[in-house]
Amino acid sequence: MSTSSQLGLLVRPSRVRGLCSRYFYIYTRSGFRVLDIVFWPVMDLVVWGFVAKYFMRLDTTTSATAAAASATAGGASAGGAITFLIGAIIFFNILYRAQQSISVSFLEDLWSRNLLNIFVAPITVAEFVAATYVVGIAQIAVVSTLMSVLAYFLYTFNILTLSFALIPLFLNLLVMGWSLGMMTTALVFRFGHQAEALAWAVPFLIQPVSAVFYPVSVLPTWLQPVAYLVPATYVFEGMRHVLAGQGEINRYLLIASALNVLYFVLVSFFFGGMLNNARERGALAKLVV
Amino acid sequence: MTLNQAVVAVDKLNKTFGKVVAIEEVSFAINRGEVVGLLGANGAGKSTTIQILLGLISPTSGSLSIFGLDPWKERVNVLERCNFSSAYVALPYNLKVIENLDVFAQLYGVPNRKAKIASLLELFEVGHLASKLTGGLSSGESTRVNLCKALLNDPEFLLLDEPTASLDPDIADKVRKLLAQVQKERGMTVLYTSHNMKDVQELCDRVLFLHKGKIIAEGTSAEILTQFGQASLEEVFIHIARDQVLAPAEEKP
Repeated sequence: MSTSSQLGLLVRPSRVRGLCSRYFYIYTRSGFRVLDIVFWPVMDLVVWGFVAKYFMRLDTTTSATAAAASATAGGASAGGAITFLIGAIIFFNILYRAQQSISVSFLEDLWSRNLLNIFVAPITVAEFVAATYVVGIAQIAVVSTLMSVLAYFLYTFNILTLSFALIPLFLNLLVMGWSLGMMTTALVFRFGHQAEALAWAVPFLIQPVSAVFYPVSVLPTWLQPVAYLVPATYVFEGMRHVLAGQGEINRYLLIASALNVLYFVLVSFFFGGMLNNARERGALAKLVV
Repeated sequence: MTLNQAVVAVDKLNKTFGKVVAIEEVSFAINRGEVVGLLGANGAGKSTTIQILLGLISPTSGSLSIFGLDPWKERVNVLERCNFSSAYVALPYNLKVIENLDVFAQLYGVPNRKAKIASLLELFEVGHLASKLTGGLSSGESTRVNLCKALLNDPEFLLLDEPTASLDPDIADKVRKLLAQVQKERGMTVLYTSHNMKDVQELCDRVLFLHKGKIIAEGTSAEILTQFGQASLEEVFIHIARDQVLAPAEEKP
């Protein structure tokens, strides 16, 4: 136990359950908190879904618009582009929630001046992070289910069309979100309160090069290599591939998984390094006291 | 007493931040069941010392052991037997008192959580606040709830950082008396920091005075008063803070 405890890698289910219980207490009481989690993704889905429907209507009446829409969708029809857009909104929410579950949980403890109580409790860093993973998964399950049901009734978009590809696509976005969350928190260790805004900014910073709403081919040539370094790119390209009925996406999944494993390991070291660095500089004490 | 027999043993601890020396060659030991006051003006190195003990700051050099264990290598094992309370740390405001205590009871692996929480709330006379949101408590109530959290795991070593700060004299007196009672009953080892010299004189068996990162005086309150020729610890504090005293290394032969 000593070695894993020293490295902060020990994970005891009872302690993770303890950390999760406080989120349970918060969410079962605070309607506003639940609303905050559900409101924005549902609004995104509703607004962009209807915008897409509007484009679809233009497509049926204006051939020129249809051609343009087809071109921007990488050769897909306007109807197909709408399906892609709805799928992308639901999938991007998975990435965003996974990232937020780590970075915002940490910031909430910081703002409520509770972080010191957590740091001096007999829990490891891995247990703290594991609890945020569990809470993130629960949030994503609830919000994604709600969005999928809404998408089905409002736009006849059936997420189950993705069939078995749904699980690996979901897992890849989850792991990438966790990596981003740990990276954001590590940057708060390094730069202090001034880096807090990154908790909300980071997912949107990588969104343009993640092929979320459009294929990589739409990007300028010089930017495309950057997009191919992002695991989410392969997830969203794979999602469009399946929705367009173009068959197997094993290659996409393999590359996304390999990149995710690589980044997760690198970010874990970065997180541990920044935590130790904050201890040496006294920055951790300034942050939590 | 040797360093190995002490609950806390600090030996030649140094911490520098760049060119700034925060603490220098700090050594002390705390016996089992002893209450030691760590005093010093702002910037004396008191916070740095506590934060090193809590594992928030890594020392530049020197050694530290708690229960004979290296807290950096045996962090979880050490922290399971310790606890901490500070006037400057809060429990999440959006949870009820009982929920906050339940969460921390789980984190500390406390058996029979409900009974333990109920007995502590009763001890600190805050049982009626169990279902109240923590954010709605007064300073005095909040302090007592924080102390309930600090005693959940029956700690062998308790760190108290200005627990009576911002309390009115009546509540401060109640808290002081309760702490003294609990400490005696359980034989807890306590490291206590405060700017309230009455707290220190009443509660502490021994006092360490830090000045410019060094321990310049150590002993019982009576010994300290004799050493500095002052009538109260407050006068000693002011005497030291106003730099009217030389650190041991600076003393004239």
